[in-house]
Amino acid sequence: MKALIRALRQTGRLMVGQPCYETYLRHVAERHPDRTPMTRVEFFRDREQARYGGKHGGRCC
Amino acid sequence: MAVMATIALLVVAVSRGEPINALWIVVAATSTFLVAYRYYALFIGRRVMGLDPARPTPAVYRADGLDYVPTDRRVLFGHHFAAIAGAGPLVGPVLAAQMGYLPGTLWIIFGVVIAGAVQDFMVLFVSMRRDGRSLGELVRMEMGAAAGTIALVGTFMIMVIIPAVLALIVVRALAESPWGMFTVAATVPLAMLMGAYTRWIRPGRIGEVSILGFIGLILAIVYGQSIAASPVWGPIFTFTPIQLCWILVGYGAVASLLPVWLLLAPRDYLSTFLKIGAIIALATGIVIMAPPLQMPPLTKFIHGGGPVWSGALFPFLFITIACGAVSGFHALIASGTTPKLIASEADAPMIGYGGMLMEAFVAIMALVGASILDPGIYFAMNSPAALLGNSPESAAAAVTAMGFPITPDALVQTAKDVGESSIISRTGGAPTLAVAMAEIFSHVIGGPAMKAFWYHFAILFEALFILTAVDAGTRAGRFMLQDLIGLAAPSFRSNESFVPGMVATGLCVAAWGFFLYQGVTDPLGGVNTLWPVFGISNQMLAAVALMLATVVLFRMKQDRFAWVTVVPMAWLLICTVSAGLLKLFSSDPAISFVAHARKFSEAAARGEVLAPAASMQEMERIIFNDWVDAGLCALFLTVVLSLLYFTIKTILEARRANGPTTREFSPQAVPAE
Repeated sequence: MKALIRALRQTGRLMVGQPCYETYLRHVAERHPDRTPMTRVEFFRDREQARYGGKHGGRCC
Repeated sequence: MAVMATIALLVVAVSRGEPINALWIVVAATSTFLVAYRYYALFIGRRVMGLDPARPTPAVYRADGLDYVPTDRRVLFGHHFAAIAGAGPLVGPVLAAQMGYLPGTLWIIFGVVIAGAVQDFMVLFVSMRRDGRSLGELVRMEMGAAAGTIALVGTFMIMVIIPAVLALIVVRALAESPWGMFTVAATVPLAMLMGAYTRWIRPGRIGEVSILGFIGLILAIVYGQSIAASPVWGPIFTFTPIQLCWILVGYGAVASLLPVWLLLAPRDYLSTFLKIGAIIALATGIVIMAPPLQMPPLTKFIHGGGPVWSGALFPFLFITIACGAVSGFHALIASGTTPKLIASEADAPMIGYGGMLMEAFVAIMALVGASILDPGIYFAMNSPAALLGNSPESAAAAVTAMGFPITPDALVQTAKDVGESSIISRTGGAPTLAVAMAEIFSHVIGGPAMKAFWYHFAILFEALFILTAVDAGTRAGRFMLQDLIGLAAPSFRSNESFVPGMVATGLCVAAWGFFLYQGVTDPLGGVNTLWPVFGISNQMLAAVALMLATVVLFRMKQDRFAWVTVVPMAWLLICTVSAGLLKLFSSDPAISFVAHARKFSEAAARGEVLAPAASMQEMERIIFNDWVDAGLCALFLTVVLSLLYFTIKTILEARRANGPTTREFSPQAVPAE
């Protein structure tokens, strides 16, 4: 049940262009231990800009 | 399952005379889709594409935690579906119901299995093997630079038509409707409050802010009723179509220049979640209510002469239902974010093919919605005012004369039930669907007393994501235009400097605003003119995507399986080219822009004013609009035919080569981030 709610939350967030923050943290920790990862809020803003501010704003008819 | 599909399809096809239950259509669609997914999608994946679960996808070998993230396939399915589902699959089938429910149902079911889902799946595959590149880049890589530029020009034209036709639907739904107008207008300050919340109060809390926003929406609908009834506020929110047109143009220009966190992002949360919620609710409602279909399977309009849109079943049905059966716009999504998120090639059938089947299911529900209404009401809502007149009596008489008996009282009562002053000639599909949704939802929750609430809920849900699409489409169009102009003047590409951005935005808004104004002032209701142009452009893009897929198959040396994409490509080419040619060269002024322009020019030369024009000036404008539309059709034809030339050329080259010539990216060649 918990897993289901988690999956639904993730789906909802990805629908509006927000990937999983924990996955991002894990990626930075694994591949770039020397870098400081963005904070949760910075990550949110970065993804918000990437989804809506850029060229991929086209929405389906 | 196959047996069930056959039985249900037979019931749908063979039933004559008595009304059949909507569930037969739903069952026929669902079981056909499951069979197609189980066998055809897997056949394409394994044999045609040669999907390899062991091969790293861009999400894996380029993983950066941001754009490239290996994602659970169920989560990605939701993302992809939310990205492809929009107003198209809801509106097209409603308009197509003028020919009866049968042609639309069959085209959606077979169109999606053979064409639509194949297109989405193939483009996803092609992009996934090439670093998640976009459609324009893929065409350039596989078919050459000239073909890539032509595809880009074609895509830009679609970006102009889509906001215009979507905005027109909003205009038709909100004109002279203070209740609807108030609720939709209320979403602007509401979204801004949500934007402030995610900016300063609780950044990143999307769930929380969406729930708050949803409560605000419900309050706006509830209070909308008293606002509309108020002698002071009611008139303030009552607009004519032309006023609304200018409001939307102004809105589009301003909204697309605002920072994204303020309006676009928060409203997108609302529209996305509302869209998914409403689709699930509609499916549940139809299953619970199990309504009988009142529309006949076929109407006399299959040979043409219908009031909703002109032309005969072939080719016009196949461009009227674009999204839902096959939609070229999906090629942009399937080569956008999705290929960068897919975790394994084995997930591609579910995302690409399955996602599109889901959208077709939405289209089926829209068709069911339009068909459960009394056909008299359907035609009274969807025929142009020029045909119906303005009073319930004249409209009822006109619709009864079409062969769909209805009384004036029934029209007045329906309008009263949904809390509107009139439902006559509310064209564009959205209001019709809203009446149907009100019927279904109020059957499940609230009874007849809740009908008006549900009607405005449905209008709000449609208007909300249409406005998001207008806003986002203007932004995307601006960047594309900057790129295109940048081909000639490189300094125009800069995204930092202010002037190119302003100029490109202005040009985009002016372009779609022109078509919107033309549609709004068109006495035949505009949808009649604009929807076919939109359909042709969207199906043309689908043909382009399938041409790319065909080229890739030949370059992979999979010639013997090329029929998988050649068959739908050929069908779309036949439909779009013949529809385009009819729009240009048919002798019937109701169908052809050129014949219509000639008829009016000749009358103008004689000094006559033809209805629906009221003055010589209006005559001039109608003639001018006709030539613009004709030019647009000619341009679409040029794009599709020149790309066909490049397709054939590339295929012949590929056949002469001894081995595969396709340009897939090898995962090892790209350094991980």
